[in-house]
Amino acid sequence: MKFSKTVGDLAVWRLKRSVILGLKSLWMHKLRSMLTALGIVFGVASVIAMLAIGEGASHEAQEQIKNLGSQNIILQSVKPTNDATAGEQQRSLILSYGLTRRDLEQIRNTIPGVEVVVPARQMKDYIWNISHSVDADVLGTVSWYPEMRGRRVSAGRFFTNLEMEDRSNVCVLSADLAKRLFPLSDPIGREVRLQRSYFRVIGIIEGRPISTDAAAGSGGLGGGSQKAKKGGEKGAPGEESTYEMLIPLTTLVERFGEVLMKYRSGSFEAEKVDFHEVTVKINDPDKVMTSAEAIRHLLERNHKEVDYRMIVPLELLRRAERTKQIFNIVLGSIAAISLIVGGIGIMNIMLATVTERTREIGIRRALGAKQRDIVSQFLIETVLLSGAGGLIGVAVGLAIPMVITRFADMLTIVEFWAPALAFTISVVIGVAFGIYPAFRAAGMNPVEALRHE
Amino acid sequence: MQAGRRAIIELRQVEKHYLMGSFLVKALDGITLTVYAGDYISILGPSGCGKSTLLNILGCLDQPTTGEYLLEGRDVARLPDDELSQVRGKRLGFIFQSYNLIQQLTVVENIEVPLYYQGVPEAESRRIATDLARQVGLGERLDHRPTELSGGQQQRVAIARALANDPAVILADEATGNLDSKSGGDILKIFDDLNAAGKTLIMITHDEKMAERTPRVIRLRDGQVVFDSGDAIVRPSAGAALSMKEG
Repeated sequence: MKFSKTVGDLAVWRLKRSVILGLKSLWMHKLRSMLTALGIVFGVASVIAMLAIGEGASHEAQEQIKNLGSQNIILQSVKPTNDATAGEQQRSLILSYGLTRRDLEQIRNTIPGVEVVVPARQMKDYIWNISHSVDADVLGTVSWYPEMRGRRVSAGRFFTNLEMEDRSNVCVLSADLAKRLFPLSDPIGREVRLQRSYFRVIGIIEGRPISTDAAAGSGGLGGGSQKAKKGGEKGAPGEESTYEMLIPLTTLVERFGEVLMKYRSGSFEAEKVDFHEVTVKINDPDKVMTSAEAIRHLLERNHKEVDYRMIVPLELLRRAERTKQIFNIVLGSIAAISLIVGGIGIMNIMLATVTERTREIGIRRALGAKQRDIVSQFLIETVLLSGAGGLIGVAVGLAIPMVITRFADMLTIVEFWAPALAFTISVVIGVAFGIYPAFRAAGMNPVEALRHE
Repeated sequence: MQAGRRAIIELRQVEKHYLMGSFLVKALDGITLTVYAGDYISILGPSGCGKSTLLNILGCLDQPTTGEYLLEGRDVARLPDDELSQVRGKRLGFIFQSYNLIQQLTVVENIEVPLYYQGVPEAESRRIATDLARQVGLGERLDHRPTELSGGQQQRVAIARALANDPAVILADEATGNLDSKSGGDILKIFDDLNAAGKTLIMITHDEKMAERTPRVIRLRDGQVVFDSGDAIVRPSAGAALSMKEG
């Protein structure tokens, strides 16, 4: 017989035939094949899903931390916790706590490498648009605040140094507040009222990138305040709010004085806080941690009570990275174990299959199959099994993060390489755990194999 | 008259030893045998006489411990495994007592198995297999699976498969052993026809009736050839091989 096929064509054709044959053999034991592949399905799906969830969670955290500025150290005033029950007695007293001008001076003068300091004061009050009011945080700060804290002015502009010097009545609203106060119209150029002063809206700023409370205690100085949710109840200053009005610090001091009054359903509180928040920028990225340590010591000396909180984004970032690393190691181990278990399952079944098909192996050998034909036959079968498991696993693994994002409202990120990696591993597992059964099949003595019942 | 016939198989002093525990068993004890093209041979003997061992060696499934085996002039007694496979696939056809069809394949696919290992292209192989299936009367059952066929039909598939690569010799091991006399007779009829068409067949059997059917009969006992009608009848003037046997 003459064949005009080239060697390459022949190889492709043989592979195709082998694959079809493998599928036929697997199809003969549908349930068994499915159950065997299931081990790989779970392994692959869990790898992809866990990677996606882990990536999503750490991505969100890291983005938020990065937005705080990796060269920044954020200090916040925290109302001492022991006064919470003493509200009745302290009704008419002025409560004084938090970061002081002295702290700020010392930080600026004694800590090396301090570049910019952003002081901010905060109060809570109603912001009015004609007869419509929203309970919001009023933040008095400096003109370079958005740049330092990584917040974006999405419309209009932030106030300038000149406006600070002039103590102008201008304000920038957070996007949420702007939407509440001016649901239908463009707020820029309009005026809002705070107590007895009117402020011209000059810009809209994006929401705070992080609830710094989420990182509370990370500076070792937890304030124990509860987290204020969007539109939720407002608590002590220092807590986060998405309803924010930003005005020049100078304007705040001049209009509302050193002592901030808060009226709340008949009672009032007064507090004297120099700065609610101070952002310190360290000019050398390598000195952030040592500077943070120095500031911590300085504040510990100055404050008898823990009435401040220190957030070092770089420290948080490192911690988040470390956490992610640990997570990845744990994940990798789990994935490896589950895939190995799946692989062992496949090997187990293939060994059983080889024994069961000893006769067939003998027949094939008698009919001219070489040992390598038998090896490739069983290896292809194993790889088909694990590869099919891998494909289904990829599908399931892609579906799980989607379901989680949809129903649990969690960010999940499927890296493009994750499904490819998981699938490749499943095929590798098929080869690795298929080799032994395949060689065992090929190594059988044809005479004995034919005699096998 | 048949002095010009071509020798296909030449066995010279073939021995096969097995170790059974600590005993050395000589399953074959100096077999010398020549098979010519067109031979139709029954190998008879009681169980344990070495029939199966001889067939395994003839079929290149096993190799002799000592002695020479020339298949179409080529020494196959010491070939490496891959080449033995090649020889089996190209030059030998097997028919077994229990048919030995592959269960997950259809009739036509079973017939194609030897062609597949020889790398025969798909269309060609399908054509050959279909033709052979028709020849053995299974043209209507190409896509049936072995489990859907009777014993006689399965054995006919096996015959078609044995013929697929146009082998030099067809080896049949108790081919009718599992069949009723009717189906068995049909199979033997096919063998007769094949031989009449020039095929060389070697059948192993313990059925004495077979001895009457085939022109040449070889009897084995204790691993030795005790009777070979072929040399007496077909080749009265025996050659070197025969004198060696008698010696």
